[in-house]
Amino acid sequence: MIDLAQTPVVQMRGISKAFGPVVANSKVDLELYPGEILSLLGENGSGKTTLMNMLSGIYFPDEGQILVNGEEVTIASPRDAFALRIGMIHQHFKLVDVFTAAENIVLGLEGSTMLDRKQVAARVRLICEKYGFDVDPDQKVYNMSVSQKQTLEIVKVLYRGTDILILDEPTAVLTPQETEKLFKVLKNMKADGKSVVIITHKLHEVMEVADRVAVLRKGEYIGEVRTADTDPQELTNMMVGRSVSLNIQRPEPENPTPRLVVEHLSVKDSEGVMAVKDVSFTANSGEVLGIAGISGCGQKELLEAIAGLQTAEPGSSVVYLGENGEKAQLVGLSARQVRAKGVALSFVPEDRLGMGLVGDMGIPDNMMLRSYSEGKGPFVRRKGPRKLAAQVVKQLEVVTPGLETPVRKLSGGNVQKILLGREIAAAPHVLMTAYAVRGLDINSSYAIYDLVNQQKQQGCAVIFVGEDLDVLLELCDRILVLCSGQVNGILDGRTATKEQVGLLMTNLHSKEGGAEHE
Amino acid sequence: MNKSNASKTPLIRIAKRADMPRWKGWLIRILAVLLALVVDGLLIYAIVHLNPVEVYRAMYEGAFGTSRRAWVSIRDAVVLLCIGVGLAPAFKMKFWNLGAEGQILMGGIATAACMIYLGTSVPNWLLLIVMAVVSIAAGAIWGLIPAVAKARWDTNESLFTLMLNYVAIQLTSYAVACWENPFGSNTVGIINQNNMAGWFPRLFGQTYGLNVLLAVVLMVGMYIYLSHTKQGYEIAVAGESQNTARYAGINMTKVYLRTMLISGAVCGFTGYICVAGASHTISTNTAGGRGFTAIIVAWLAKFNPFIMVIISFLLTFLSNGSAEIASRFNLNDYAAQMIEGIILFFILGSEFFINYRLIFRGKEDTHE
Repeated sequence: MIDLAQTPVVQMRGISKAFGPVVANSKVDLELYPGEILSLLGENGSGKTTLMNMLSGIYFPDEGQILVNGEEVTIASPRDAFALRIGMIHQHFKLVDVFTAAENIVLGLEGSTMLDRKQVAARVRLICEKYGFDVDPDQKVYNMSVSQKQTLEIVKVLYRGTDILILDEPTAVLTPQETEKLFKVLKNMKADGKSVVIITHKLHEVMEVADRVAVLRKGEYIGEVRTADTDPQELTNMMVGRSVSLNIQRPEPENPTPRLVVEHLSVKDSEGVMAVKDVSFTANSGEVLGIAGISGCGQKELLEAIAGLQTAEPGSSVVYLGENGEKAQLVGLSARQVRAKGVALSFVPEDRLGMGLVGDMGIPDNMMLRSYSEGKGPFVRRKGPRKLAAQVVKQLEVVTPGLETPVRKLSGGNVQKILLGREIAAAPHVLMTAYAVRGLDINSSYAIYDLVNQQKQQGCAVIFVGEDLDVLLELCDRILVLCSGQVNGILDGRTATKEQVGLLMTNLHSKEGGAEHE
Repeated sequence: MNKSNASKTPLIRIAKRADMPRWKGWLIRILAVLLALVVDGLLIYAIVHLNPVEVYRAMYEGAFGTSRRAWVSIRDAVVLLCIGVGLAPAFKMKFWNLGAEGQILMGGIATAACMIYLGTSVPNWLLLIVMAVVSIAAGAIWGLIPAVAKARWDTNESLFTLMLNYVAIQLTSYAVACWENPFGSNTVGIINQNNMAGWFPRLFGQTYGLNVLLAVVLMVGMYIYLSHTKQGYEIAVAGESQNTARYAGINMTKVYLRTMLISGAVCGFTGYICVAGASHTISTNTAGGRGFTAIIVAWLAKFNPFIMVIISFLLTFLSNGSAEIASRFNLNDYAAQMIEGIILFFILGSEFFINYRLIFRGKEDTHE
């Protein structure tokens, strides 16, 4: 147990920071003790990252004091932070791809101009042994997996002699197994007397690894609790500010019939590398089919190929089966041709403002993005889209200053509601969503789950690409696991476990013994 | 506020503004012009010891002092406006068309060729129409070439359009050499000076009446095209992101080609107005850098053709007015250009203050 009577290593007092009219932090107090893991919890946009960026010298506070080991300090740059033995691992790694691990570690360090590879490698190994890392000093960064890159970032920070380690959403890119490994390392560091701050919005991780939790909401400090004295429900209430139900509904599918039959679908990515290999599955009406997989293993290409935005390789087949028995082969058709065939296929892409919506346009103009060319004559008709915009705003409770406000000025949740609202308004028979709740707060996320379930109950075949396994396991009827662009298994969402899915995400069946199954 | 922290805060910080009401934005722009006039006045007094008010009056008189001068200013502003209108669709699509200069020249050469070779052999109204069509075609082809290359081989359109300007200038030099009149003058001279074949007729009793009418048609037409047609919508989407365009089912190649065809066509048509409606001659100076000045017109107006009118007139006023003070007060051209430059600098600079605000050390709270 931590002794709260001892001097905190870090004390932040009355910290405020504003970006223009947006107040990111308002009079926040935070304390960090030696040998503890503190979880900084809060929804997206609650100011967690901003607060930590001020501790690591990226931003400078508008107001307030920072004390390290009881002494007031000025942290004006990351260099100052390092001098105070504070190091931060950002969500986006800052590594040089063509350098080796060791080269990245010593990059920017002061000292002799000659690089003593042996000595560096020896020190790296020492750190690895101490905390249980697995880093090959001579491996090039471009050959590393996401998890290896993250490990390297941590080692890099430790190499510089850090006692206070800040991790920003470290598990967002990791599989369950990798997450477990990371947590083990963090606990080793804690045992060594180091202090760790982990920024997250995933409650079960907080419960698993943290000693204490500090909660931020809308830039304000709400309070702190010992993990041992709390539970996920209480933390959620603190985070959201009121009581919310944490259960995702999963209505039973009503007479599911095949709606989309995908067979031997192969797709090359923009670099000509096979991103999707021989994928076959069936999406049924009235059912949510989840797609799990570590990021970038073919999800994007798979959905885009079905939607007619990417060319499928010869031999691929995507057959749409309509309600009245009509059949349509979608491979070889463009998005517009698919639409013209009367196939109501809606697609909510991962990149909302870079693909699904036009950021500089208002809501009505965005409503007609996929339908503007319909109707005769050279002129666009804005009457229908305007009505639809008003309807979406009202039904989905979109918060916007006005219909014509450029959508890029709206918050992530509202942007997603507009996008989903438009796609649902097309009365889809197939609805594909990619990372539909990424970056959304809890309320918006649950609103999106409800919309997905609504579509399911109306007989739509929903394909839900997700990254949070807990959500996939609670929401989906079946879960297809992708691994390196191949189907590595399709599980029943009601019986599958997180470990099963995680294993399928990382270990390709055919490699380790597909023969056993044949 | 803590002392030791405060002492380390930078003196001035820049923060992005929230939405500013439109009237306030315009107020800042007007203030910027006034401020520029004050700074200019100080400069004029300090350097050449002239009364700034006199100088400004001379500037005004230079641009609008007499009816003839006013019409010259209108003629020049109309050309800027037309080019700006031509550039708008390309820039809105984020296709950096820096080739207006060449597209105007190509339209100008085509126009001059018709005037010289057809002359009085066809009725004047028919000649005017033929000239218009040929100049549009010439500009459109000149605009299409970089678009084809971009669509086919993903070439850089900025460099491509820019380099085509030099090709067009060389072609103009060649044309001038061919049509030299009188021989040895190295100019084409006024074409059809005796019979005025292919010259714009007077309209509403004004020499440049037709120029104004054509510009207004182009301006209104482009406004409708950009904001109310499906093709205009496609341009807006394509300019935002290629992925969004793909998602919306927009064929980027088609949009590139079509939009540059239009952009080049309007610029070529402007060449027709320059030659048939204004100078009645062709030279490598027919475009005279206005293809570049019009980029400022298009951007400052944020591609709204109606606002382009204001900007075109302002820029024309500045350049014609400075020419006048240069001659009247016996200043050299540079002094006049300094005044012009300072005013432009303030106007462009005001955009910064419309989008950002400065926070001085120790005054953080005054704006909250």
